[in-house]
Amino acid sequence: MVAAAGLVEREAGRLTELDSAIGDADHGANMQRGFAAVVKTLESEPPATPGAVLVTVGRQLISTVGGASGPLYGTLLRRAGKSLGEASEVTVPELQAGLRAGVESVRELGGAAPGDKTMVDALLPGVEALGTSLDAAAGAAEEGALATVPMRAQKGRASYLGERSIGHQDPGATSSALLFAALAEVAR
Amino acid sequence: MSGEDRVVGVVLVSHSKAVAEAVAELAVGLTGDGPKVPVAAAGGTPDGGLGTSAELIASAARKVDRGAGVALLVDLGSAVLTVKALIAEGDELPADARLVDAPFVEGTVAAVVSASAGADLAAVVAAAEEAYGYRKR
Repeated sequence: MVAAAGLVEREAGRLTELDSAIGDADHGANMQRGFAAVVKTLESEPPATPGAVLVTVGRQLISTVGGASGPLYGTLLRRAGKSLGEASEVTVPELQAGLRAGVESVRELGGAAPGDKTMVDALLPGVEALGTSLDAAAGAAEEGALATVPMRAQKGRASYLGERSIGHQDPGATSSALLFAALAEVAR
Repeated sequence: MSGEDRVVGVVLVSHSKAVAEAVAELAVGLTGDGPKVPVAAAGGTPDGGLGTSAELIASAARKVDRGAGVALLVDLGSAVLTVKALIAEGDELPADARLVDAPFVEGTVAAVVSASAGADLAAVVAAAEEAYGYRKR
């Protein structure tokens, strides 16, 4: 999570740039604020298990991000964390099952389907590729984010832009790919 | 507790502090006599920017809770998602907190007026949601 915060911090400018094309230009700043709060919380009261880490981080993101990505990422991680339970160590297949449940709740909360040009377009391929390896997951999420470029947004503010949303990479899918990249980086 | 004390509370969640406060003022201003309805605005981020704050929403909901439930009216995107996520948390909002699926201004007026007439939470929510049925052309 600290690695994720580092990547978000480094890439905040790019996220905001993407969001200024088809959103309201706050995704980078919002994610940066959320993850800065996450790092602080994890430092001051480190949770004991991987599941507890995800639940704590999710909660923190809901309360500090300030944009739609807060409740969405918050729900993703909280749900994943809850599904991991109290285990002190977690295998990749267990993580995959947890994240799969998390992505399911994100889809319920936001009502997004694959192809709607949202974070789901990076999360779904990322989670599925976890079956191969963490690196494969990072690659698949990145590809998923790139694949949002020609899509027409169906959800959120960008959907009001209609045709104009085509040709821009989705900021939420991009930050989702960053989180998978952080996961792979840590495991290396 | 008297009936007056058990009135339903209303929270307005907008991306903008000014919008939430203005809509609250409008709805209260259009309310006639009757029990005073607690209405709280949770607009923008704590530093006054545009966005949604889970903390402002939770504290507004606690402020208007008189034990008869709290109706939350929301504007767009993250306001909707944040309230849904808070309700899913379970312990962040008063037990009887309900996300209302209604147009922000019209729904709020309907909610506040019906709450002032002593309606219970289900009736307040229904009144607000009925506002979608009123066509303008």
